[in-house]
Amino acid sequence: MLTKRIVPCLDIKNGRTVKGVNFVDLRDAGDPVELAAIYAKTGADELVFLDISATEERRKTLADLVRNVAKEVNIPFTVGGGISSVEDVDILLQNGADKVSVNSSAVKRPELVNELSAKFGSQCITVAIDAKQIDGEWIVHLVGGKVPTELNLFNWAKEVEQRGAGEILFTSMNNDGTKNGFANEALARLSSELNIPIIASGGAGNMQHFVDTFKEGKADAALAASVFHFKEIAIPELKEKLKSEGIAVRL
Amino acid sequence: MKIVIINYGAGNIQSIKFAIERLGYKAVLSDNVDEIKNADKVIFPGVGEASSAMNKLRESGLDKLVPRLKQPVLGICLGMQLMCNSTEEGDTKGLGIFDVDVVRFTNEVKVPQIGWNQIRDFKSELFDGVINESYIYLVHSFYAPVCKETISVTDYGINYSTALQKNNFYGTQFHPEKSSDVGEKILSNFLSSTK
Repeated sequence: MLTKRIVPCLDIKNGRTVKGVNFVDLRDAGDPVELAAIYAKTGADELVFLDISATEERRKTLADLVRNVAKEVNIPFTVGGGISSVEDVDILLQNGADKVSVNSSAVKRPELVNELSAKFGSQCITVAIDAKQIDGEWIVHLVGGKVPTELNLFNWAKEVEQRGAGEILFTSMNNDGTKNGFANEALARLSSELNIPIIASGGAGNMQHFVDTFKEGKADAALAASVFHFKEIAIPELKEKLKSEGIAVRL
Repeated sequence: MKIVIINYGAGNIQSIKFAIERLGYKAVLSDNVDEIKNADKVIFPGVGEASSAMNKLRESGLDKLVPRLKQPVLGICLGMQLMCNSTEEGDTKGLGIFDVDVVRFTNEVKVPQIGWNQIRDFKSELFDGVINESYIYLVHSFYAPVCKETISVTDYGINYSTALQKNNFYGTQFHPEKSSDVGEKILSNFLSSTK
């Protein structure tokens, strides 16, 4: 049976792992390559590296980091942050990334999703969407959640699916950093309206939150950062908990 | 031992090279016919979309070379699919090594399948020492149905082939280079095979 994935996210700034609370006030949580190798050994199913400074600072590539990670780890990883062209993706994939995620650049130029999936295949193109619920409506935001757009989360997600996205990484800005659980209602709706995998992001605080996002939120994967980086949740224990709740996991 | 990874376009082929290096071997990336012909082991990775990948193979004459190779050849992911008769992706004619037609998953399951699933019903020394129902990493929208060359099966809505073998030709739908210790064992079995 296909298992639910546990995905530690390593936010990267200047080559170091950081995790912000609501994307502000960054804390340093170590060397990304070392951390990645530890996660691979302790049962993480996949890793995501997001260069959170990239959108504002226009940092184009993480090529060296990607190469060092690919040398060390034997599980798949996704790289995002500042990717805006076929050339950007080519460099990352050639250095050993398995998937890339695009966010702001796809909102600014949706054809990018078509171009990337035609060239590299849908399976390696993740579209990351940051959204905030405002007056009951989920609005897509840019620049780490700072800038609202005109786009509705569900319409945008369906559009990128049609354009060839292989997966959606949905971060709820209402939940991110709160440690109060994932945005399961919106996640379940995404999962029922789309036919590509959905990664839940934003709000992980305890192990029950993961149970809930797989059961109620119908997520295919759950992403978290600080609860893993600061050892509040150990992945082997988390997986035992999920298994005891009847959720398929790789042990 | 000379290991060549066929390099015929863009995509993640460094990972397979790094995985081979982690096992203590060296591998080179090449699109040179003589270099590939003279290798002890050949890895045929998957790159992007089927019809454009097949076009690249034709342009370089590799479509003629690969089916004639005598040494062990391992196709991975799209590489395995291109070794089949055909694939629905881009309505593409394949290399015809494996006698099966690759088709798309129906929308009863999420497509692409992304993540860790289990392999079982092993019928090859490729899986020596691998426990039944071990987890491997997959990311794909198209699959090879079960056929006489199937050497491992996985369930995703239906039972389908996660590995194929015919004589010296092996194919895995999963990524051994990304499938943790299980994948490394399978890759190591391939690299030490003598067929």
